[in-house]
Amino acid sequence: MPPRNRVGEVAALRLERLVKTSVNGAPQWHLQPEANRTLVTLSGDWIAQQGHLPDFPESGFRDVPHGEPVEFSTDQLGKWDTSLISFLWELKRTAREDNVQLRIDTLPESARKLLDLLPEIPPTPAPPPPHKFQPVTAVGQLTLDTLNEVGCVSEMGAAAAKGGFAALVGRGMMRTVDLMSDLSAAGPAALLIVGVVNFLVGAILAFVGSVELHKFAADIYVASLVAIAMVREMSAVMTAIIMAGRTGGAYAARISTMQANEEIDALQVFGIPVSSYLILPSVLALAFTMPLLYLYGCLIGMLGGFFVSYIMLDVSPLGYFHETLQALPLDQFTFGFIKSFVFGTFIGLTSCRIGLKAGRSAADVGIAATKAVVVGIVGVIALDAVFAVIANVIGI
Amino acid sequence: MNNQMPSTDDRPVMIDVNDVTLAFGPRVIQHDVSFQVRRGSIFAVMGGSGCGKSTLLKSMIGLLRPTHGTYMVQKDNYWSGDDESRVRIGRRFGVLFQSGALWSSMTVGENVALPMQMFTKLEPHVIRQLVELKLGLVGMLHAIDQYPSELSGGMRKRAGLARAMSLDPDILFFDEPSAGLDPITSARLDELILNLRDGLGATIIIVSHELSSLFHIADDGIFLDADQKTAIAHGSPTWLRDHCTDPTVHAFMHREQLDSSSSHGNG
Repeated sequence: MPPRNRVGEVAALRLERLVKTSVNGAPQWHLQPEANRTLVTLSGDWIAQQGHLPDFPESGFRDVPHGEPVEFSTDQLGKWDTSLISFLWELKRTAREDNVQLRIDTLPESARKLLDLLPEIPPTPAPPPPHKFQPVTAVGQLTLDTLNEVGCVSEMGAAAAKGGFAALVGRGMMRTVDLMSDLSAAGPAALLIVGVVNFLVGAILAFVGSVELHKFAADIYVASLVAIAMVREMSAVMTAIIMAGRTGGAYAARISTMQANEEIDALQVFGIPVSSYLILPSVLALAFTMPLLYLYGCLIGMLGGFFVSYIMLDVSPLGYFHETLQALPLDQFTFGFIKSFVFGTFIGLTSCRIGLKAGRSAADVGIAATKAVVVGIVGVIALDAVFAVIANVIGI
Repeated sequence: MNNQMPSTDDRPVMIDVNDVTLAFGPRVIQHDVSFQVRRGSIFAVMGGSGCGKSTLLKSMIGLLRPTHGTYMVQKDNYWSGDDESRVRIGRRFGVLFQSGALWSSMTVGENVALPMQMFTKLEPHVIRQLVELKLGLVGMLHAIDQYPSELSGGMRKRAGLARAMSLDPDILFFDEPSAGLDPITSARLDELILNLRDGLGATIIIVSHELSSLFHIADDGIFLDADQKTAIAHGSPTWLRDHCTDPTVHAFMHREQLDSSSSHGNG
């Protein structure tokens, strides 16, 4: 049909509705048996947003004599929108179930057109799959999934390491620009928050220690307490937790957004290896900056401890400095240094993996970021426990 | 030059756009655009890529304030009032975004239900019923409990259409409704748009450069040019194709290359 003719037709339809807008009142219907037919009278304004919409009961056609048609009277019908169509749809379904013959052609043409678009039978929603709790299966599945993930992360780590070596000999697919921007995001940009947190941790350690040590007039040992605690445990762990929340979450969000935009697919089609193009710079950045941030954290933490001791206790600056040096053999630093390198690599790899595995919607990006932070923090603390056992065994 | 379709249309004016200028900072996108959209018409906003069609649409649905000019929606001046009055007028609008713009954390059914839950006092079972109806109209009832990420592009668009109709708006805006759809789905969507217009009496404004679809459904329109940065022709797509003498419009409507001596391509 050419569009020109349509305009006239539509204008007529519009007129039909405009004339009827004078009728007002709540939407109503009633069924009235007449000679040789049953009449459904529709009246009032059927506007969804005004509410009070009637339902058509399932037993609505019970009294209709068999074989007699049901017709509509719409003379008293006012304004209407889809709520009327919804009512008619329900009526049509009931009529179908009760084998009642419905004279749809007695409805206004515009309503008929919309009714024609609707499917005859509404689909029955599929029942949700039975959800029985099976502990053995669940534990088995969890174990398999975890092992699978560990395998994937190791494989990714190996691929990234390979890419790293390739980059060293100058045949890598990593761009220096990416590495530099990741380094700056993971390093200098994190200095403030890492500094604040470690300063406070050092100060808190000094507070807690001073209460007990003061009883023994051993105030000076606050210095060694703070130094050993910061260097062995607190600085590495606190810095790793901050970085898991800050940088790990950002990596996961970035990579899962790229996944959602098909950017990862585009990389793969070009044959650019995701492991060395995307993951290597991120992991390298974290693995490289984390030990440096750890050293910085140690220093700031001891400064926090000194600050508290100087103000609260009777400790001279020189004495504090001397006691700190006494308490710290260099191998303590090596241990913490290795730990923070491992933490950095772990956070980088897991958060990239979680980003890559994420779904393709906006909600999935949020889930991936949350998951990266949670896995990062829990993983760092678990790894720290493993390190503690190793340190105990080899006697550091 | 013949670039204005003689109008015999006596339907009441729904939207009156007067001397509108759109700009991002100092960069003018379109200036002095005026047109009227009549009630119950399907109005096409045409033009090449990057000419400002979508920007014009954005300013009509309240996402971008025009630097100059007025939009009248019947008796209401859309941009002169405060945010509240704009939202009140906007409640009459339904918008189908280019890629559906469904909220990805909700199922298709919840997407359609949300505006009703927010802005009406309907009971949950009535809302459910209306949601089923709207999805039924666009042929998406089977996907009511699926998430947008599980749908194809065409299905997302149809679900987006169901959501646009959620509050029974009397003005519907479609941004590139048939872009990226296969011909059959696209033809089905055209038919659906016509049926909705005829059935619900809605006024429809379409931004598109899908010629076959425009010829089929639109009965009025405007042609925006990227070089002159204004509307260079008014009329239905078929009229513009058959009667308009402007070289850019002619080339556009006939899918020809523009003679480079008369004008530069509109990127």
